[in-house]
Amino acid sequence: MRPQKLLSQAALTTSLVTLLVGAAFAQEITLQADPEVRIRPLVEKFNAESPDIKVKLEDISYQTTVESLPIQLASGQGPDMAVVTDLGGLSKYYLDVGPYVDKAYFETQFGQSLAWLRGSQGGDAINGVPITLTVNGAFANATLFEQAGVELPEEGATWEDWAQASKAVADATGLDFAMEIDRSGHRFASLAISYGAELVDEQGNPVVDEGLRQAIETFAQWHRDGIMPMDLWGAIGGSTHRDNFADFINAKVPFYFSGSWKLSPIDKDIGGLFEWRAVATPCGPSSCTAMPGGNALVGWKHTRQPEAVAKFLEFAAQEENLEYYLSTAVYLPTASSLVEKGIDYQGAPASVNEAMALFTQQIPKMAPAAHQFQGWAYQRAMMNAMTTRISQVLNNELDVDTALKRIKEDVELAISAGK
Amino acid sequence: MTNGAMSSAVGALASLPARAVEPFWKWAQRRLGMKALPWLFLLPNLLIIFTFALIPVAINVVFSITGSDNLYPSQRPFIGLSNYRTLADCGNFLDPSTCSRDLFWRAVGNSLLFVPLQTLAMVGVALMTAIALNKKIRARGFFRGVFFFPVMLSPVVVAMTWQWLLQRNGVLNAIISLFGANRASWLADPNLAFFWSIFVTVWAHCGFFMIILLAGLQSIPTDVYEAAKMDRASPFRVFWKVTIPLLRPVLLVVFVLAVIRSVQTFDEIYVLTGGGPGSATMLVVQYIYETGFAQQPRNYGLAAAGSLILGFVLLIFTLVQLRISRGEND
Repeated sequence: MRPQKLLSQAALTTSLVTLLVGAAFAQEITLQADPEVRIRPLVEKFNAESPDIKVKLEDISYQTTVESLPIQLASGQGPDMAVVTDLGGLSKYYLDVGPYVDKAYFETQFGQSLAWLRGSQGGDAINGVPITLTVNGAFANATLFEQAGVELPEEGATWEDWAQASKAVADATGLDFAMEIDRSGHRFASLAISYGAELVDEQGNPVVDEGLRQAIETFAQWHRDGIMPMDLWGAIGGSTHRDNFADFINAKVPFYFSGSWKLSPIDKDIGGLFEWRAVATPCGPSSCTAMPGGNALVGWKHTRQPEAVAKFLEFAAQEENLEYYLSTAVYLPTASSLVEKGIDYQGAPASVNEAMALFTQQIPKMAPAAHQFQGWAYQRAMMNAMTTRISQVLNNELDVDTALKRIKEDVELAISAGK
Repeated sequence: MTNGAMSSAVGALASLPARAVEPFWKWAQRRLGMKALPWLFLLPNLLIIFTFALIPVAINVVFSITGSDNLYPSQRPFIGLSNYRTLADCGNFLDPSTCSRDLFWRAVGNSLLFVPLQTLAMVGVALMTAIALNKKIRARGFFRGVFFFPVMLSPVVVAMTWQWLLQRNGVLNAIISLFGANRASWLADPNLAFFWSIFVTVWAHCGFFMIILLAGLQSIPTDVYEAAKMDRASPFRVFWKVTIPLLRPVLLVVFVLAVIRSVQTFDEIYVLTGGGPGSATMLVVQYIYETGFAQQPRNYGLAAAGSLILGFVLLIFTLVQLRISRGEND
């Protein structure tokens, strides 16, 4: 064989091997997320633009994120990244990507939300990208209200106004129940804070007060009056999260309290079957507050590829990428530049865009207690205790006073266990 | 090759491995002596039991006497019997509302009611089914398969299927409303939910016990029944005087297995009712799970203490079973 031919063949082989080895050794990092977060398009965009790092997306349920992931993390296992909702509770496991990213940009874009991610750890770590803001919120079936000849309560209407109006609709249209609220401590917190509950004080201690008592009493009364079904809060025990949104989608209830994350499923499942509206958060004697919430994209301390993780987080934090994600997934932004600019939810129908605008209007109305509760490291302990004990009240296992005492004891025990 | 030659060839082939290790056993016997040699045979099993049973129990003990939500024992401070004291802090054990951890004692109370009722229902249904399927009925194989089928299903699938049937807008309510009856809150009423918890778990597992009992029934010699028939014994008398006494050893095993499984019941009820309404169907295992894994922060210590108490109760059941079965053998 001629030396030139030999040389060219060797060069060809070397480049082929390099290519194959390069492909085989492209860094792969794993991301776990609830499919409802709808982050896949963003991952695909990153993978298309980044030849060196591949993000492998693993779908896991919300329940797994809340219950199993923290145990994996405690044992030093788990994915490289995840999308989480328990922002403050997992703070000790977050990877500080500060050394790898433009910290000033993150501070400017995500300010207050970064503090939620720091939880009880404090400091100035950049623990992730708060990708979405969610807002608790109410949905009404406008068609049922119209059929019943009942006016939709205006902005500023109280919880009681909604309860009475929905009851009138249910009675007129032959529905079994008037109102439903997700079985979730987070959803109940909106009601409680609007009735004046503080839930947590400045020192981070649980608070059970008159506001919380009134909220529980009102809530229990709605169940006794048949305004709300026992299926959700009454029939389930423990701290299990449950929703019955299918009732709203099937026009079996005129009023449902859930949140902004339901917009995409509503649009998909209801379509033009009936006219639905997102409505302003009902008011209590104290405020008309929704609860903030949201998802954060975080990296975990145990990852062996912190730089790759930081690269994906930085990519996700960029305004154009975040806007691309939020507009396709139909979520509210946390990034200040996008809050100012607003997001065009391309492809979403006018009803969804109107609903998003309405949810955005609820943000400035949120009570300070709602923000404080959301940033509390032991928020989940309080939410679990409220869910468990309220169900006991509905089933006459506890009276409201005992339930309040138990909620406080449960949270205090949880705090002592966490120390 | 004749049949005899073939079978001896097969036998010689089969004994090859035994002959290959024979020098090793002889050597081991010389080195260890006759008394120690059995331990060598037991070693693999002992290692498995030690690794997968005893070490976890020891870890559980460590967790129960240490605090914090850290997972590594080295990072957990020693707190003595504090977790046991928290669980046992009760004004009156018969009234859970006087207990510091009222849900634990409500769960204990529910378990004390659930276990005997569910075990009796389980063994009763399994026995009736086994007797029916031991008769020469049409499509017997098919029915045996039908009754065993739920055993192969995941508990979560079982619970979700029944939830779909029992929910407010579920199939059962749809059927009864066809006949003009009012729809019922099958899972929202504490008593009904308790009943359905027993029903669903019996439905899901009775096939397993039915198979054991069926095997027991088939091992009873038919001439005993023929003798009873010649004596003109009534079917009821045959059942009580022939079937039950001859089936007693199998029934005992089934009964103990059913009790242990009943105490450990978790998945189906957790998915079906989450322990509700209120805490009406919360059993001890669910309390342990929620305390150790669903709460935030996770209270591994309290959950470990609860699980050791549960383990202790199961140990008592097992000892009683051993005692009874020894009595039977004697």
